[in-house]
Amino acid sequence: MFSIALKMLFHDRAKYMGLVLGVAFSTLLINQQLGIFIGLITRAGAVIVDVPQADVWVMDPGVKNLDTIFPLRDTELGRVRGVPGVAWAVPLYKSNVTIRTGNGELESSLLMGVDDSTLIGLPPEVVLGNIDDLRRPDAVAVSMDGYRKIWRNEPLKLGNIAELNDRRAVVVAIVKDSPKFTSSITFFTRYSQALQYTNNGRNQMSFIVARSAEDSTPAEVAQNIVARTGLQAMSAEDFRWKAIMYVVQNTGIPISIGTVVALGVLVGIAVVGLMFNLFVLENLKQFAVLKAIGTTNIRLIGMVFLQAAVVGFVGFSLGLFGATMFFETAGKSPTFQGFYLPWYVAAASGGVAAAIIILAAMIAMRRVLFVDPAIVFRG
Amino acid sequence: MPMEFAVECKGVIKDFGTGSVRQRVLHGIDWQVPIGATTFLVGPSGCGKTTLISIIAGLLSATEGYVRILDQEITKMRRSRVVRFRADHLGYIFQQFNLLPSLTAVENAAVSLVVQGVTLATAKRQASVLLDRLGMESNKLKYPNQLSGGQQQRVAIARALVHNPKIVISDEPTASLDAETGHEVMELLGQVASGADRAVIVVTHDNRIFPFADYIATMSDGRIESFRKNSA
Ligand SMILES: Nc1ncnc2c1ncn2[C@@H]1O[C@H](COP(=O)(O)OP(=O)(O)OP(=O)(O)O)[C@@H](O)[C@H]1O
Ligand SMILES: [Mg+2]
Repeated sequence: MFSIALKMLFHDRAKYMGLVLGVAFSTLLINQQLGIFIGLITRAGAVIVDVPQADVWVMDPGVKNLDTIFPLRDTELGRVRGVPGVAWAVPLYKSNVTIRTGNGELESSLLMGVDDSTLIGLPPEVVLGNIDDLRRPDAVAVSMDGYRKIWRNEPLKLGNIAELNDRRAVVVAIVKDSPKFTSSITFFTRYSQALQYTNNGRNQMSFIVARSAEDSTPAEVAQNIVARTGLQAMSAEDFRWKAIMYVVQNTGIPISIGTVVALGVLVGIAVVGLMFNLFVLENLKQFAVLKAIGTTNIRLIGMVFLQAAVVGFVGFSLGLFGATMFFETAGKSPTFQGFYLPWYVAAASGGVAAAIIILAAMIAMRRVLFVDPAIVFRG
Repeated sequence: MPMEFAVECKGVIKDFGTGSVRQRVLHGIDWQVPIGATTFLVGPSGCGKTTLISIIAGLLSATEGYVRILDQEITKMRRSRVVRFRADHLGYIFQQFNLLPSLTAVENAAVSLVVQGVTLATAKRQASVLLDRLGMESNKLKYPNQLSGGQQQRVAIARALVHNPKIVISDEPTASLDAETGHEVMELLGQVASGADRAVIVVTHDNRIFPFADYIATMSDGRIESFRKNSA
């Protein structure tokens, strides 16, 4: 009986393709859009991800995200180091600089100043060079994407000279960092060196990043820091979420993406629902014949659901494949760099595809259930 | 005691619609269809032939009266039992053939067995044998739209008979066929469906096939007017 159901389904190629494409389209849209959404908003916390050694972040009490910063006084570093549960704490400097690219164009770039002695704050993945060379005067590390943007047609090599706010900087290392929300160019240098580039040497800590001792959790340590210093402190994970939620709540990204996703779901339901209904309607006489011959209602429902399930499965697979291909190829371009398809988005889109299919099958099922087998004797 | 009749109708009344649009189509049918014979049901258009055989086949419920078929009162059976009964004991042939366009001839013929729960492979083997007997050796893998009307009706006959039903019910089986093909089809139907414990009921307008009837019942305006052995 089920093989008959499948033959019925595959026989009407055009409608079958339409159904499958409807589900595939919805799936693709949901995955692609939500993947982009998650890729985008997680960029808001990229700076935090790039300092994996630290699990506690300390900052001015008014800070809401990583872009709007107020400097901390130098004395705070010592106070934070004195808080129980703090294994170590180092300063981190973050600022924007204007740089001039090889062909004379100006670009805005991020400048990170990392602890002079430990170099904590550098992203762990070094593509080229030796990070210890950062200790040399005027030495900087540049992000891979930044390098590609500044020295567009040059091979990866060390020793290139850049001008940061009109001061000389020598590239001694190329590193791979997480893609940022604002700029794709990031320079890393020693804390003291960074101050030279931007602030004429005046001390200005953007953040203090710290590590919790082994017997305490980051959240506990953060609480201790808040209690002792009056600064804002939270675990790296909490800060990352705070930064992400800031983007979610303060930009139009969720609404615009949400609209597209909602449209995808609606179009999926409408197209698949209508087409499946049409498919069953066109085959109603056949269902009536099967019913007259003695097929039970349960069997008929099973047939309809099988047909719907096959459409759903094939369409979903196709859509997911399309979305995967998108992230595979688009992920290579700097704009979408670091974008991927989280498993939970794929799972959610599977849920949506299943819902579309079940809805369509339920509507169609009513027709099959209520078709009068006596029509088989009528012309 | 062997069964005397394949089908017995007693006081069968059928109304369509309710209230002011209520229309009585069958006015108390008393009719006994003999077993081991082919019985024709004839009469003018609209007299209620299709309605009557639909009730006999358990596809339509009677407003009043009862129908016994193979000694079982189908008018009193639960719906689910009627469905099972149809699958086990009845075969149908329709004027419009009603083959499934997505299935080949042999798959179409196998459907009645598949409905009973037989696997498609086994069912196709049995259907294939039957199609051979019906002269369809070379057409078994064709789809309905690749077959002529007569060939399609042979497939329909195979579908109606492949599960060895006791009763075959047929509404205008030759109306869509030319005279010669109609003759052939009736001949084949007579050969494969005949047997002492079986019955074939044929509704028809087609007087060219009257010679194939053992009995002829004449209906008019919702009543059986006459019932006689065919002398032709
Ligand atoms: N489902 C229905 N609802 C309302 N009226 C119906 C229905 N089915 C049949 N009728 C009416 O019942 C009457 C008998 O119809 P039926 O189809 O049984 O006639 P018939 O003898 O088979 O005619 P024909 O030779 O043209 O096939 C007709 O007047 C028809 O309009
Ligand atoms: Mg009729």
